[in-house]
Amino acid sequence: MRTVTLPVAYVPLVDAAPLIVAQEMGFAESEGLMLDLIPAPSWSSVRDMLAFGRVDAAHLLSPVPIAMSLGLGGVTTSLSAVSVLSVNGNAIGVSKAIEARLRAAGHPFDFWDAQAAGAALAAVAPDGLTVGVPFPFSMHVELLHAWADATGLREVGFDIRTVPPPLMAQALADGEVDAFCVGEPWGSVAVDTGVGALLLPGKAIWECAPEKVLAVRKDWADTEPHLLRRLLRAVWKAGRWLGDDNSRTAAAELLSRPAYLDVSSELIDRSLSGHLTISGLGEQRHVPRFVEFHRGAATFPWRSQAKWIARQIAARTGLDPAESVQIAGGVFRSDLHRHGLAEVGADLPGASEKMEGNLRHPTAVASASGRVILERDVFFDGRVFDPDSD
Amino acid sequence: MTESLTIVVVEEDRDRALAIVDALRDAGDYEVHVIGNVSGLARKIAAFLPDIVLIDIDNPTRDTLEELTLASGPLDRPVAMFVSGAAGSLARDAIEAGVSAYVVDGLQPERLKPVMDTAIARFQISRQMRTELAETRRALEERKVIDRAKGLLMKARGVDEEEAYALLRKAAMDQGRRVAEVAEALVTASGLLS
Repeated sequence: MRTVTLPVAYVPLVDAAPLIVAQEMGFAESEGLMLDLIPAPSWSSVRDMLAFGRVDAAHLLSPVPIAMSLGLGGVTTSLSAVSVLSVNGNAIGVSKAIEARLRAAGHPFDFWDAQAAGAALAAVAPDGLTVGVPFPFSMHVELLHAWADATGLREVGFDIRTVPPPLMAQALADGEVDAFCVGEPWGSVAVDTGVGALLLPGKAIWECAPEKVLAVRKDWADTEPHLLRRLLRAVWKAGRWLGDDNSRTAAAELLSRPAYLDVSSELIDRSLSGHLTISGLGEQRHVPRFVEFHRGAATFPWRSQAKWIARQIAARTGLDPAESVQIAGGVFRSDLHRHGLAEVGADLPGASEKMEGNLRHPTAVASASGRVILERDVFFDGRVFDPDSD
Repeated sequence: MTESLTIVVVEEDRDRALAIVDALRDAGDYEVHVIGNVSGLARKIAAFLPDIVLIDIDNPTRDTLEELTLASGPLDRPVAMFVSGAAGSLARDAIEAGVSAYVVDGLQPERLKPVMDTAIARFQISRQMRTELAETRRALEERKVIDRAKGLLMKARGVDEEEAYALLRKAAMDQGRRVAEVAEALVTASGLLS
């Protein structure tokens, strides 16, 4: 097999790990691929590099290809999400001032109860909150809206503003934002630089939120099925390696290299292990599987996940919900994912849609080779999304 | 004659910003503003009501600008990335050059082209200069570390400079590393020992 060099764009974050590991641990090489990993300073430049052919694949926020398919945000090249790269992994944090008010009001910073945290935050910020997110179309935004809708936060007013993650700590320090929702390691960086405290993991709002996807141009997926299959396999194997607890130390060291995240491996280990330091007081909280790369068919791009995202976006932007949901369903390519991984022993679900928010326990469902265990996927407020409800 | 275009350049480096402004002014009758400090970016841009916003692709605050492309942005008029619509052919060149632009929807492509051509040329020149500068700086840093490592070896082993360098080079070759890396390791380690 001739080795093919594939340019791939990513934003330096912990959840870019499957791509970095695929290249560094030889999973790409064994598929005859050399991933030319190109770090990008912003999500708009990842999107542009992919849309205009500078790269052939990218680490992308899961709602971006969906928003593009709905004609939102300028660039409308058709992209396909061929794999989920990571599930969960965000953290919500607040400024020092808000932290002090929450503590004075007796909030325990348990780092899990989203209902109580929402109510407490609404009570100490009666004049509203400005919350920083990395991008207008992101799981961060969707989680914040889901959270605000079901707590008192919606009533006090909730202003969401885009702040690039590397500048988030500064924006918090300058009072440009009161809180943030951001991917690791940036939440931990805000804690370590003494500008804020972590309030909730994203997982506390939705236990199975598809955070980043592996995106390619739709026409590339059509014309390069063999390359796509090799890429899918390499990335899936990297995710499987990352899902093994024994890989954690090595993964943290790899990601911490100057060429990748360029932060200390200890900082990266916090999210990989789920042992987070949440405040300047050094309080530790444990969130098992804070970010997931493999277990529970984590890489499987459920069409119902895309539909949930589209429904949320449509409701905010005034687009027709039924039409948006239908278009979005075609962006998450469960078919290509299943096809690409047919021969590597990946146990993938036989269905392409599920009720989102309905699994209260790890549950076995039918797969091609027998059964696959899906993990809990509940929302904190117990909502259930039926992809066929329209 | 239509009225002159208003262009906002988002650029923190003052010299670079001035060079871009000069180039644009030479190229046509444009009203050019520079935003050098990116805090409160959306608010500052709204104050100028620009037809075009130019920003370096490497600037992470670009994502903040994306908010403006959504119709309800603070500009109160629809803004699109220039790569959408009829001016699409410019997209690739611009991305290669490392410049991105946001324009008010409906701006004639023929009015955009000279602006973009100038911006692309200017961004390309300054990108080359920045890369050269970074490379030169790195080379100087490495030279400094290698000199220090040579000094340490000369003292510890009682050898002359040439021999000290030969030792470093041999160690580097044996370990498959760069001389600068070996020198750096030596300097760090000796710092711990003293």
